[in-house]
Amino acid sequence: MISRKAEIRKQLVAYSFIAPNFIGFAIFTLVPIVFAFALAFLHWDGANPITFAGLENFRNLLDDDQFKAALKNTILYALGTVPLTLVSSLFLAVLLNQGIHGRNFFRTVSFFPYVASLVAVAAVWNMLFNPAKGPVNLLLLALGAKSVPGWAADKQWAMITVIMFSIWKFTGYYMIIYLAGLQGINPELYEAANLDGANAWQRLRFVTLPQLSSTTFFVMVMLTIQCFKVYDIIYMLTQGGPGTATLVLVYDIYNKAFISWDLGAASAVAMVLFLLVLCVTLVQFIWEKKR
Amino acid sequence: MQIQSRRDRIGKIFMYIVLVIMALVMLLPFVWMLSASLKLDKDVFKFPIEWIPRNPRWSNYVDIWVKIPLGRFIFNTSKLTVIVTFLQLLTSSFAAYAFAKLQFKGRDVLFLGYVATIAMPWQVYMVPQFMMMRSLHLNNTHLAIICLQAFSAFGVFLMRQFYDGVPDELCEAARIDGMSEYRIYAQIMLPLSKPALSTLTIFTFVNTWNDFLGPMLYLTKTNLKTIQIGLRMFIGQYSSEYGLIMAASVVALVPVVIVFLSLQKFFVQGVASSGLKG
Repeated sequence: MISRKAEIRKQLVAYSFIAPNFIGFAIFTLVPIVFAFALAFLHWDGANPITFAGLENFRNLLDDDQFKAALKNTILYALGTVPLTLVSSLFLAVLLNQGIHGRNFFRTVSFFPYVASLVAVAAVWNMLFNPAKGPVNLLLLALGAKSVPGWAADKQWAMITVIMFSIWKFTGYYMIIYLAGLQGINPELYEAANLDGANAWQRLRFVTLPQLSSTTFFVMVMLTIQCFKVYDIIYMLTQGGPGTATLVLVYDIYNKAFISWDLGAASAVAMVLFLLVLCVTLVQFIWEKKR
Repeated sequence: MQIQSRRDRIGKIFMYIVLVIMALVMLLPFVWMLSASLKLDKDVFKFPIEWIPRNPRWSNYVDIWVKIPLGRFIFNTSKLTVIVTFLQLLTSSFAAYAFAKLQFKGRDVLFLGYVATIAMPWQVYMVPQFMMMRSLHLNNTHLAIICLQAFSAFGVFLMRQFYDGVPDELCEAARIDGMSEYRIYAQIMLPLSKPALSTLTIFTFVNTWNDFLGPMLYLTKTNLKTIQIGLRMFIGQYSSEYGLIMAASVVALVPVVIVFLSLQKFFVQGVASSGLKG
């Protein structure tokens, strides 16, 4: 009898530890998640009664030009940003992993864009890349360029501008992750490579890169997910324009929900976003199981 | 040997050149921002760039406090950041202790639920969450932002990973000495977990301070706005007052710069350890 009472007491103590976080987590995260799944199959404008929609919200997406542009642009944005950020952060990390002067300074400097407030740095970029009077274009003209890009204001260049900004902003963060990976490589491998007469390029190709493969995979997954949920960068640089040149999924969710108040449609787009992220996560999961 | 060392030297020089170019790309936008913040609007775009303004307009830094309630914005953001970070640390470490060191029914299922939601982007459920908050009349309150951010699954996960590495014998010994679980948590586990706590502090601080979409959805009244959306509002209203915009941007950056530079060591460790878990 006593031991059962003690057991119940033990359980209650454990639950009391969980409770403060779990109650908040359940109300403000779990409930909305369940609601999000349900909402994709419902019609609701936020004021009138909710009605059942079945698959209509999803079927509508098939002829929805805004959605199609957003899906295409999101994937395009990820395809541009992920590989370039990966290469630049790996490159920087390899350089900064060597015994050079001012190593800490260079590390701090490249991490800086990541912590800096987005609104502030986006404001600077908008001015630097101002098509008519920004220093970047004036410099290009001074260097003899015949015509200069319209950057964020030009249909062809807007996505490129957003991608360039993202690489600049994200590189430092992933560089740190790569640095951690580099420090985990056994130094004896390099000694062995040196004994075999390997040059710097061969050491990079046959020791560093293979040893970093799991870090690279992690960085790729994180970056891809980060790209799929982009919103604020787009909002501040191009507002999704010109036209639909940089309209992305989260932008479409926002517009459908808080501009057109078609909450079912917004949730259907959110489900597409969820599926994209789920696929990437599953690939990571399977890859790690295989290892 | 001599050829080797000469080639090494050329390689080194090349490396430094690349690094300096990288550093310039990373830093020049900030230098330009600082320089433009001390200019008249008509001088901001003068070319070639006058990096150090001949007649610095310090009054830009006075004017912005009058043109927009910048002090109010900074106060709001600081208040939210401090409360969210504190609640996050407290509730996450509390729950993580039970997940790592106590036996109870449904532990693994609950934890799986936490882990599964880490992969779920907030953007997927932001719409229903907003509608729920609105029906609770929490839109246009700071409480909404606090509820949104204070109970993250990521925090619980991070802390549990750390507590898992602490030997169970430590807790067992304390239990035999008659310590209650609450005292074991407060007097043994919490002091041990400083590295994990500082990592979580940094992530929460930066995320809350720089958060944009959350405050943009929830805080539409000017006197409730955070520095990020306040600054954005200012840019929208005075889009051609370049000097002032840059001055306000510099002010918005300063707190994060101070926190970053003083906690830089932990920053690097924190990011690195979050990467290693994958």
